[in-house]
Amino acid sequence: MPISLTNEMMRAIIMDHSSNPTNKHTPSGDGYEKVHMHSDNCIDDLDIYLKVENGKVIDACFEGIACTISLSSTDIMCDLMKGKTIKEALYMIEQYQHMMHEEPFDDEVLDEAIVFVNTSKQAARIRCATIGWNAANSILKDK
Amino acid sequence: MYDIDKIRSDFPMLQDKKMQGKPLVYLDNASTTFKPYSVINAINKYYLEMNANSHRGDYDLCYNMDVEVLLSRKAIAKFINSEVNEVVFTSGDTESLNLVAYGYALDNLKKGDQILISETEHASNVLPWYRICELTGAEMCFLDLENNRATVNSVSNAFKKYKNIKIVALAHVGNVLGYEINAKEIASICHSNGAIFVLDGAQSVPHMPVDFKDLDVDFLSFSAHKMCGPTGIGCLVGKYDLLQKMSTFHSGGGMNVKFDKEGVIPLDAPAKFEAGTLNLSAIMGFRAAIEYLEKIGMDNIHKHDVELFDYAISKLENHDNIIIYNKDARSGIISFNIKGVFAQDEATLLNSKGIAVRSGQHCAKMIDDVIKTPATVRMSTYLYTSKEEIDIFVENLINGGDILDAYFFN
Repeated sequence: MPISLTNEMMRAIIMDHSSNPTNKHTPSGDGYEKVHMHSDNCIDDLDIYLKVENGKVIDACFEGIACTISLSSTDIMCDLMKGKTIKEALYMIEQYQHMMHEEPFDDEVLDEAIVFVNTSKQAARIRCATIGWNAANSILKDK
Repeated sequence: MYDIDKIRSDFPMLQDKKMQGKPLVYLDNASTTFKPYSVINAINKYYLEMNANSHRGDYDLCYNMDVEVLLSRKAIAKFINSEVNEVVFTSGDTESLNLVAYGYALDNLKKGDQILISETEHASNVLPWYRICELTGAEMCFLDLENNRATVNSVSNAFKKYKNIKIVALAHVGNVLGYEINAKEIASICHSNGAIFVLDGAQSVPHMPVDFKDLDVDFLSFSAHKMCGPTGIGCLVGKYDLLQKMSTFHSGGGMNVKFDKEGVIPLDAPAKFEAGTLNLSAIMGFRAAIEYLEKIGMDNIHKHDVELFDYAISKLENHDNIIIYNKDARSGIISFNIKGVFAQDEATLLNSKGIAVRSGQHCAKMIDDVIKTPATVRMSTYLYTSKEEIDIFVENLINGGDILDAYFFN
């Protein structure tokens, strides 16, 4: 995804994922690992589910209460996780974290998640924009 | 007259301070308050001129420090109308409530006894009691609130419903909905039913006249940092006979007459609760804060809060998309939501406009059942809040734009 997305496009993507989060549901089958995440400074209270088979993320979804930023960033994370190898997924999470903290990052792998590039302007919300990503990281990092 | 410009000139944080590139509008005073120069100077005076420990030296510096601590204790006692030796220094409201829990309740409650609180209480007035119930087998009971308030009637009814209430603990002014309770009548009901009454004054003592003796409560807790004083210092004010009967909480230097292989003889209250080196610079700052509040007058401060509350409500109540949860509180706190907007998102948008408010449950994590919403935005005023700041706040609530402006229009 090109980084030249306009502000209007980025806003539309965030609003679309927060008003219609397609990955917000509990898993329908077996084989999912769950991590519960909550925030000290926001209402966010989420369960994140990943299904990993043969070194690949097969499915990702989540359920819970979340603000606009955590809802949309977690929904986008779930979209991007699906089909990635664990290595690819961890690399993407790492690049996303770099973007959050205004460090150099590889925008090629972030795809739609690039819409959160301005989160550092509202530093109190970095936790919200990373809550789902941190959950995925905690599931995948020791695999 | 209330000279708001003069008052604001006393606070360094109100001098051209910016947030997100905009003039700072600080409306999170229920969380903590700014400090006037006089308080900062008093804190500095300790480090620049006084630096010594209290009650443990034979030299002048040390004696002078003892005098300072006593002067602060006297100032607090006069401010709150208690005896001087009824004032216990703590690290703040939370430690004060824990001191009552562990120093009084742990010894005096047994299995089958009950502690009564309300669902609108702050964590500091809930969790110590939970722990005491775990340790003693006592039971937590909750008031049936009337219009989201702990009323005299609701406390009366609780004593009919629950037969073994030994402690009632309530906030004088709630930290989310800002309602003041009738502490004097509730204290009287508690006493006629053989219970003690613990009043959490964190949100009342900074904002209105509070008279410990007149209210006849058994314990009153508050923090300095919510009343222009330093962080890390506060008070438990307790009836002296109760303080004397209480066990010590923290043990160590400065709280005992003597100890040997047989055990320890504690000092009298309040010293027996003040183990270790006191937060001396903060104790000096606390006194300066009280002197500052007294100079303005607690009645005037309360009147100012109410005027700002009425002014803000009059501007907000006709907007259908703004839900206000405490329109009739007439205190320094307004809790609200914008329809369809998550509280945190609204607070972030306001941050992008330079406006500091808080969102969430404000540490009162059971309140969502009471007001039927998982989170609110809370704005809270203090003696230095101006009408112009309310105007900026209201303007940005009504015409603040889209919540994502916080990320894309800076």
